[in-house]
Amino acid sequence: MTQNLLKLRVQNLHKTFTLHGRGGIELPVFQDVSFDVASGECVALVGSSGSGKSTLLRSLYANYLPSSGKILINHHGNWVDIASVEARTKLEIRRETIGYVSQFLRVIPRISSIDLVAEVAIAGGSPSEKAMEAAVGLLRRLNLPEHLWNVPPATFSGGEQQRVNIAMGLVRPYSILLLDEPTASLDAVNREAAIELILEAKKQGAAIVVICHDEIARDRLADRLFDVSQFKAAA
Amino acid sequence: MNALLEAQSVGHSYAGGQLGCEDVSFRLYPGEVLGVVGESGSGKSTLLGCLSGMIEPSQGSVRFDAGGQGLRDVFSLSEPERRLLMRTDWGIVRQNPRDGLRMNVSAGGNVGERLMAVGARNYTEIRGEALDWLTRVEIPSGRIDDLPRTFSGGMQQRVQIARILVSKPRLVFMDEPTGGLDVSVQARLLDLLRGLVRDLGVAAVVVTHDLAVVRLLSDRLMVMRQGRVVESGLTDQVLDDPQHPYSQLLVSSVLQA
Repeated sequence: MTQNLLKLRVQNLHKTFTLHGRGGIELPVFQDVSFDVASGECVALVGSSGSGKSTLLRSLYANYLPSSGKILINHHGNWVDIASVEARTKLEIRRETIGYVSQFLRVIPRISSIDLVAEVAIAGGSPSEKAMEAAVGLLRRLNLPEHLWNVPPATFSGGEQQRVNIAMGLVRPYSILLLDEPTASLDAVNREAAIELILEAKKQGAAIVVICHDEIARDRLADRLFDVSQFKAAA
Repeated sequence: MNALLEAQSVGHSYAGGQLGCEDVSFRLYPGEVLGVVGESGSGKSTLLGCLSGMIEPSQGSVRFDAGGQGLRDVFSLSEPERRLLMRTDWGIVRQNPRDGLRMNVSAGGNVGERLMAVGARNYTEIRGEALDWLTRVEIPSGRIDDLPRTFSGGMQQRVQIARILVSKPRLVFMDEPTGGLDVSVQARLLDLLRGLVRDLGVAAVVVTHDLAVVRLLSDRLMVMRQGRVVESGLTDQVLDDPQHPYSQLLVSSVLQA
């Protein structure tokens, strides 16, 4: 594998939560985590509950702040450490390079599903017509009933919200995708639709890191497993 | 891209030595929304006053790029220059809409006045634009000639926002924009502000004690305590993984709805 195909390089990452309100209790999560993900490759994070899979994934999105180590992102061909770069560059990387599908949808009052999805594309620079087209295409492929498109997803079922979430993560051709249980609350048909879309993104060159307890989906998506529990930091 | 607003070691003490804020530095870029949170007395409002040209800071400097001419010290501008800035490039959304509106002038007049202040003279055009902006903030067109005091608090706040945005500012300062409003009215106002900030690409500094407001509106967040910034970063990072003891306390004190 040549160096220039790499999209993500995690180097000696360490995370400890310090709870100041609890007398400064330290909760070590992982230490010395290093791995690379190349274009077109999917790595599944595995490990027991509490081993730090989600903490690691959130750190890659700069939602959590690592205690030390580097998270190098191939951002338009330049390596940028998203853990230490200034906030506005983190935002730019999120708009243009990294897509993130979280486990739970953060609903914004009064914004319809289709606008939520289209807005992501618009923020990334798509003209609004194109963005709307892309949003329609995705929601259709994810079988979200059309009468729900113009409704804010606050009242949706878990599976319906999850599909809006997936559409938001895939509406742009991100070069890195971070997926936290993308298929967790989906039935078999919709899980298949989601897997197909993720595999297409992968084929187009996305480097993917996924957390997925569903083994059927994980086997279809992942090229290799990365066991986070082996990096358990001593308490 | 060049910074729109730059604060360098801004500090202010009131007569009698009471500390307002101390050593605050940041850069704000076009289209960015910066949230400032902290409890009462943390120096948020003093900082906002210093940034928006209302309070001359006793230390440090506030510089603004007016019309792409490069950063200039706000307090070295002449009085007419500063007044022009406040009517054109800047908008200040006050917590109490009564402080930001002229209560004896109609809703349409309040909006149109800002246009006349920058030289608009054609009555039909001014009225048309005022109507357009009132519609965008969801004020029924039939209310254009009514006085703001006949409006509810939430409507007054929206008229204030229309009044500010009509002159297409590049930077908006908001002081507790949803303070004193019902929760449902807050949600509507926030959604509106969020849409306007995004569509118009204006930069904003939003001071509030409401963490949900900054979660929704701001890209970046500063947490203030006793006049100083104790933590800053991406809004979701500061709220989801706060580092400073005080930020942790602030985040953990919010009841989960």
